[in-house]
Amino acid sequence: MTAAAAFFYLFAGVAIASGFMVIASRNPVTSVLFLILAFVNAAGLFVLMGAEFLAMILIVVYVGAVAVLFLFVVMMLDVDFAELRNGFQRYLPVGGLIGVVFLIEILLVVGSWTIDPGLVQAPLGNVAAGENMTNTAALGRVLYTEYVYFFQLAGLILLVAMIGAIVLTLRDRPGVKRQNIAVQNARTQATAVETIKVPSRQGVEV
Amino acid sequence: MPTVHSVLPTLAPLIPEIILSVGVMVLILYGAFRGERSTEGVNVGALILLVLAFFVVIGQAPGTKVTTLSGAFIQDGFAKVMKALVLLGSAAAILLSRDYFQRARIDRFEYPILIVLCTIGMMVMVSANDLIALYLGLELQSLAAYVIASFHRDDLKSTEAGLKYFVLGALSSGMLLYGASLIYGFTGTVSFPGIVSVLNENAGFGIVLGIVFVAAAMAFKMSAVPFHMWTPDVYEGSPTPVTAFFASAPKMAAVAMTVRVFIGALPDVTAIWQQIIVFIAIASMALGSFAAIGQRNIKRLMAYSSIGNIGYALIGLAAGSEEGIRGVVIYMIIYLAMTLGAFAIILSMRRRDEMFESIEDLSGLSRTHPWMAFCLAMMMFSLAGIPPLAGFFAKFYVFAAAIKAGLVVLAVIGVVTSVVGAYYYLRVVRIMYFDEPKAPYEAMPAGSLIVLTLSSIVVILFWLLPSPLVGAAGAAAKSLF
Repeated sequence: MTAAAAFFYLFAGVAIASGFMVIASRNPVTSVLFLILAFVNAAGLFVLMGAEFLAMILIVVYVGAVAVLFLFVVMMLDVDFAELRNGFQRYLPVGGLIGVVFLIEILLVVGSWTIDPGLVQAPLGNVAAGENMTNTAALGRVLYTEYVYFFQLAGLILLVAMIGAIVLTLRDRPGVKRQNIAVQNARTQATAVETIKVPSRQGVEV
Repeated sequence: MPTVHSVLPTLAPLIPEIILSVGVMVLILYGAFRGERSTEGVNVGALILLVLAFFVVIGQAPGTKVTTLSGAFIQDGFAKVMKALVLLGSAAAILLSRDYFQRARIDRFEYPILIVLCTIGMMVMVSANDLIALYLGLELQSLAAYVIASFHRDDLKSTEAGLKYFVLGALSSGMLLYGASLIYGFTGTVSFPGIVSVLNENAGFGIVLGIVFVAAAMAFKMSAVPFHMWTPDVYEGSPTPVTAFFASAPKMAAVAMTVRVFIGALPDVTAIWQQIIVFIAIASMALGSFAAIGQRNIKRLMAYSSIGNIGYALIGLAAGSEEGIRGVVIYMIIYLAMTLGAFAIILSMRRRDEMFESIEDLSGLSRTHPWMAFCLAMMMFSLAGIPPLAGFFAKFYVFAAAIKAGLVVLAVIGVVTSVVGAYYYLRVVRIMYFDEPKAPYEAMPAGSLIVLTLSSIVVILFWLLPSPLVGAAGAAAKSLF
């Protein structure tokens, strides 16, 4: 129990600290790296709660794909963040006011929040009670049986998205030199090398 | 330990969808390996898939109602007829496209593949028995449609059409999701039979709000007023075969989806949605008739015509009775034939790589191409609702159902607007028969000729033998009640 508590405070503390560094750091690349650290710590918190599937998804999707995409965008686009921060002082009062209003709303909502104890007992309706099953297995069990139709349809939608992106953007550029391994391998001495007798003091025509 | 067999859901009703999905993946691989040389093969392959799926759908046992895949998929008489129409529309879209795309030099193998994927989405919509399946089908259909709207990507108008369609379509999908989440929140279930069992006449405000949002999204997908604004621009900007596709198959699916939701999931709260549908129907008919008068571009004319026609079809839904739904199905069958026929002719207005889209370009067509002019005149007379052509019967059935359901005012407004609409349909006929002829167009490509012949047969000869189509529509409507 104490080990779990210690890990909780470790993950939570690092998550908050790196979350703060995301907005505080001057270099955008550092910001993205802190964002990744925050995600990893959030994943650690999920593991502590017993939601190991969610933890892995967070790592795979957010760290593996989204954050790396951010990193690419930040590195490839020359965004001047100092210029973006120019109006910070000017917009602080309005932005701060909106932030405070949202904070009060969240406190009001969460303050009066009661969770139905029945919900805590049965998070997944389809898993038989008492069955010792990880939540990856439990999710897989409903995803590939009860919801297999939707799963397949979602796959088709992604296929359409992929084909659509290719149809609308792939262009054949004329005059691009491509490597053709078959042609390279098919070269023989006869096609590649020419033997010329060089007459003395005359050179050769190239 | 359960056996594999006991876990596997019943897949027999899904055979058409499975044929299309597996087939389209094979075609993608074929296209990806062979590159641009595969276009002809992929087109033929897609056409074969659609025709095969059509015959499987036609061959499914009539009158049975099967739900499968945890109740998300329903196969009944209504789904059967609407899927057959969707498949015909998609097959026609491929037939009509060949010549046009070759000449525009955008003849790429992705077009038939996207059409088939779009068709799978439409079939899922038609067979949806659950809000999630409905949304996924709709999204599959829409995403493919956005891409093919801007298929001519070097053309400014085509890209504009695609972008406009995408932005507005995403908005309408959002509205559908919002409405669906409200309905789910207030009923506790997403399945249509579940919603039916929970709802009763005095539904709460949340349900009403949910129905309004869902109705708005459906009106957008059907291009019914007041969510029609995208239609003329997208129809005008898209390549003409794509316009022909948008005006045919997706309309069938959108109307089928609307009928499925309102009759299948919300039959006990008719009083709530009936007024919405009545308003949409009146507004669509009026706008379709009046706004079309000033149009010079025939593709825009067809866009307004399709808005108006959706209004007429919705009269049947507003009636909310079995007869009304039969009217809707008959209307959609005949509308499909009329629209495809008209577009087959529009696609033939070409002289040496130049396409003509203005109504004036049809002048004197009766002297240069008498048969083409005759067929287009028949389509226009039919769209105007002049007996004994099919369009008259389409309107007759929905108006009769409306009167029987006590919606006399709605039927009268329908008759008045169809008289107004007759003006611009007949103007096309006048221009073709009485104006000075222009230089003749090139011969009609084979694909268009096939589509035109088939749809002309339905439109002109419907009155001789209406019973097969009316019977099929009757069986379709019966399965919903």
